[in-house]
Amino acid sequence: MQSKNLLELASAISSGAVRVVDLTFTLSPDFPVIVLPPEFGQAAPVRIQEISRYDSRGPAWYWNNVTFGEHTGTHFDAPIHWFTGKDLPNNAVDTMPPKDMIAPACVIDCSAQAAQDPDFVLTVPLVEAWETKHGRIPARHWVLLRTDWSKKGWRDYANLRDDGAHTPGPNPAVMKWLVEERGVIGFGTETIGTDAGQAGHFDPPYPAHHFLHGAGRYGLQCLCNLDQLPPTGAVIVASPLKIQNGSGSPLRVIALVAST
Amino acid sequence: MTNSLRAPYDGVVIAAPVTIPYVRYSIESAQWWIGRALNALVAQAGIKASDIDGLCVSSFTMGTDSGVGLTQHFGLCVRWLDTIPLGGASAIAGLRKAARAVQARDADIVACVAGDTNHVDSFRLTLENFSRFNQDAVYPYGAGGANSSFALIARNYMRTFGVTREDVGKIAVAQRANALRNPHALMKAPLTMEQYLAARPISDPIHLFDCVMPCAGAEAFLVMRDETAASLGLPAARLLSTIERHNAFADDPMQVRGGWAMDVGELYAMAGVKPDDLDIVQTYDDYPIITMMQFEDLGFCRKGEGAAFVRQHDLTIDGDFPHNTSGGQLSVGQAGAAGAYLGLVEGLRQVLGTAGTTQVRNASLALASGFGMINYDRGLASGAAILAGPSR
Amino acid sequence: MIDPIKPPRRKNPLLRTRLPASPPRARSRTSHGFTRAAAEGRFMLQRCDACGSFAYPAREACPSCLSSDLPFVDAPRRGLLLAETTARVPSDVYFRERAPWRIGLVKMDCGPTIVAHLHGDCVEGAAVRMSLQLDKSGQAVAFAHPEGETPNMSDDKQYREMTADPKFRRVLVTNGRTVIGQEAVAALKAAGAKTVFVGVAEPWRPFAGENLLRGQDGIEIVTLDAADEKSATDLAADVGGKVDILVNTTEYVRPGGLLDRRGTSIARDEIDQAYLGFINLAQAFGPAMRMRGADGINSSSAWVNILSVYALANWPAFGAYSASQAACLSFSHCLRAELRPGGVKVMNLFTGPVDTEWFQTVPPPKVAPRAIAQAIVSGLKAGLEEMYVGDVAEEIRQRLAANPKALERELDR
Repeated sequence: MQSKNLLELASAISSGAVRVVDLTFTLSPDFPVIVLPPEFGQAAPVRIQEISRYDSRGPAWYWNNVTFGEHTGTHFDAPIHWFTGKDLPNNAVDTMPPKDMIAPACVIDCSAQAAQDPDFVLTVPLVEAWETKHGRIPARHWVLLRTDWSKKGWRDYANLRDDGAHTPGPNPAVMKWLVEERGVIGFGTETIGTDAGQAGHFDPPYPAHHFLHGAGRYGLQCLCNLDQLPPTGAVIVASPLKIQNGSGSPLRVIALVAST
Repeated sequence: MTNSLRAPYDGVVIAAPVTIPYVRYSIESAQWWIGRALNALVAQAGIKASDIDGLCVSSFTMGTDSGVGLTQHFGLCVRWLDTIPLGGASAIAGLRKAARAVQARDADIVACVAGDTNHVDSFRLTLENFSRFNQDAVYPYGAGGANSSFALIARNYMRTFGVTREDVGKIAVAQRANALRNPHALMKAPLTMEQYLAARPISDPIHLFDCVMPCAGAEAFLVMRDETAASLGLPAARLLSTIERHNAFADDPMQVRGGWAMDVGELYAMAGVKPDDLDIVQTYDDYPIITMMQFEDLGFCRKGEGAAFVRQHDLTIDGDFPHNTSGGQLSVGQAGAAGAYLGLVEGLRQVLGTAGTTQVRNASLALASGFGMINYDRGLASGAAILAGPSR
Repeated sequence: MIDPIKPPRRKNPLLRTRLPASPPRARSRTSHGFTRAAAEGRFMLQRCDACGSFAYPAREACPSCLSSDLPFVDAPRRGLLLAETTARVPSDVYFRERAPWRIGLVKMDCGPTIVAHLHGDCVEGAAVRMSLQLDKSGQAVAFAHPEGETPNMSDDKQYREMTADPKFRRVLVTNGRTVIGQEAVAALKAAGAKTVFVGVAEPWRPFAGENLLRGQDGIEIVTLDAADEKSATDLAADVGGKVDILVNTTEYVRPGGLLDRRGTSIARDEIDQAYLGFINLAQAFGPAMRMRGADGINSSSAWVNILSVYALANWPAFGAYSASQAACLSFSHCLRAELRPGGVKVMNLFTGPVDTEWFQTVPPPKVAPRAIAQAIVSGLKAGLEEMYVGDVAEEIRQRLAANPKALERELDR
């Protein structure tokens, strides 16, 4: 590629000919985190502690100490996060190829089904139906599952009941198929986790984690504004913090969308 | 009358009564007031400061100074020194000690002096730091100042003996009448019984005119042998007897009598006089109820008859029982430890015939008493002395 | 007879809030024997070991026999009110603002006479029952009550200065997700609290008992994650000026000690919740509470911590938890000192294992959450500073006093 194309891209971004859509929730202490049974280790919630705010602790400046678990807020899952990906090369956020941080996306809108059923699962036939309309999902593309879940209040967003969370996600077959038959680079959702709330009861449990990370692919969760993306053609920039041997990280996810 | 086994105060005299007129508040220090009193002593006695070879000091507000610090401060070189922190009993106690010192020739001329200043906040500070029992078990109850403590004593006494406020008021009213003849008294307006009864309550049954007004001032006198006084040409009064007692009747659940009651026989026996012989009486009047108690405990009437005694007598200068002739602390003011001296110094003036406008005619035998240190629930220290003037 | 206090009206915003003043604070060291007794609601006097006579005020030697063996012992509370007085113009600012103020002299059946604050129903010449109370400067004072119950007894103006009675006060229970928190809400409401704010962290997570809190008159669920600085600050911005009593029901119990529980992430959670949460709450709510210590009938009055008794002695089976509690205990003393100028009490309530999920495998006796809630209320009504709830807590305290080494060895089981 010639450098002029890159400059054209920059100019298009600057002029608004290419829109930049922010797919990220604000990283804050009150954002829901994944809930595990309390006897397990827990993700540290986001904590923001003021160091100074133009006061006696620092008269001219404001800054905070921030702490959080790797899997808090809008975040990225690297292959090393799951046992299936533990022995792969370059499987952590600091060693993954930087080129994987920018890739196009196919957005599958299941918001109508998810509105009807919080336990809605994405299946191969549903994706095939999407492909009929928008074409075959190319390799090394993200598949993003739009459910409009990010528009809910946080109680409904987490949607915890006494038998666990009830949130939409993929079934095992579609994950295996997307990874093996379509070669996706990753799978992204609006919910807490790439898997459905009840995915612990699937076979295998947590199929998105199982198949994606076992094949060296990535996960994105707690995304928002997927409704502003076209079914195809958006380019996702998702570069996690370079945490040593990190299994994931909160990050800023943006999408580049051509305006015409 | 019992006989006293104690050595008499033969040859001991008291001279040069000094009162530095009181002020309500003073920006000066206690040392300033004490210095003025010493200066007046020297002037009145016609001696030099270097003639003073004994010093006895009482003060609440000297701060970190001790008696010995004062010797350097005032350029005194003494061979006998005492500091008496006994509050309202300080004058009697100081006199007793000084008398024995000059009698034994440990000293020739002892200056007894008490002085306190009164800054705007110093009374409260004195209260706060009065004593450990007070700090632990009285001050935290809002009873700052002796008012509430004496209120409890007064209430119990009045109920026990059927004493009315009017009975108590008669003492205060009479003293105010006396004070109107004393140009140095801080209280200058007449006080009627109606005003006394209508005064604002402070801590029931103590009302405003039952209370002394804290102020600044100093009092002093000299103690020496009679030959010293004669050689100086100083008019002097003889010391006939004294008593002193602390923490008397500790088993009384509440104070209805002071230590005087324990030693009153001794007081008159040593002096060789009877209560009826006295021309004037100067009691310690931090509260008039305490004065009434003293009338009983000092033998002028029996226990429980104090009110009747007050009803039956005229306590003014011209009355049949001249009492607290200067107006007492109730009307002159309470200048801290100098309050202990006020009655004794006025009594000395009376028997010397130098009391001026408050002079009782032909007064030659005086009793002065002291009472002090309400450490917890009662006044602990008591004392009394009988003086005879030159005419007796 | 005491007239019942009336529910306070809304504040007149044109009037300045009266700042708290403290009654005289200085005491001799020995006199703090009374402070210790008052903190726990005991009535103790010095009694001579040699001759058996009781003494008061605090002494260094027996006034009957000069023995210096004068331990503080629990003493009979009955006495006779010999005389009373009503101070109308005390020189001390605290009392002057509260005048008229009644005090009296009480002759104890066991001997000494005691200057005491008087309950309004005490009658001169009649028997009284004595207690030691912590006043607004946190120091012990003697308080005389009528011998029997009288109507509206705890509404007495002078007694209420000594207590932190929840009646008509507004309470923040910091964690309503727990059974203890929910029981505390119910008990405080039953004790007459006007409003109970109930903190709920992560409101998106449902919790058992939630229905009991929602929609109840006088109970307001508020979002509060004590471990989150901003959450505490945000809530204080909303209701900080209305919190008269803060009940810190933070509860984060995890088993394990040092060697067999890898890493620091659980310990960090424990510190985060218990210790940093305490700091966040104190910094968010403490300053306003300290300033509102004299703000009328519903002045701020108390801060309550529920602590494990293993704050006093480490229980290795819950070793890290014990350590987090010890940190909170230590800091509670700092908070007590810092709230003291406002006359706000800090009450620490020590419990053994509670009958909750995290102590499931611990054998009984365990403390029922309801017992803790009732202790909170009774402690506030009595104005206490230390409470030991349940047999285990009481036993640990006694064993610690008897022989700390024995306790240390025996907790290692």
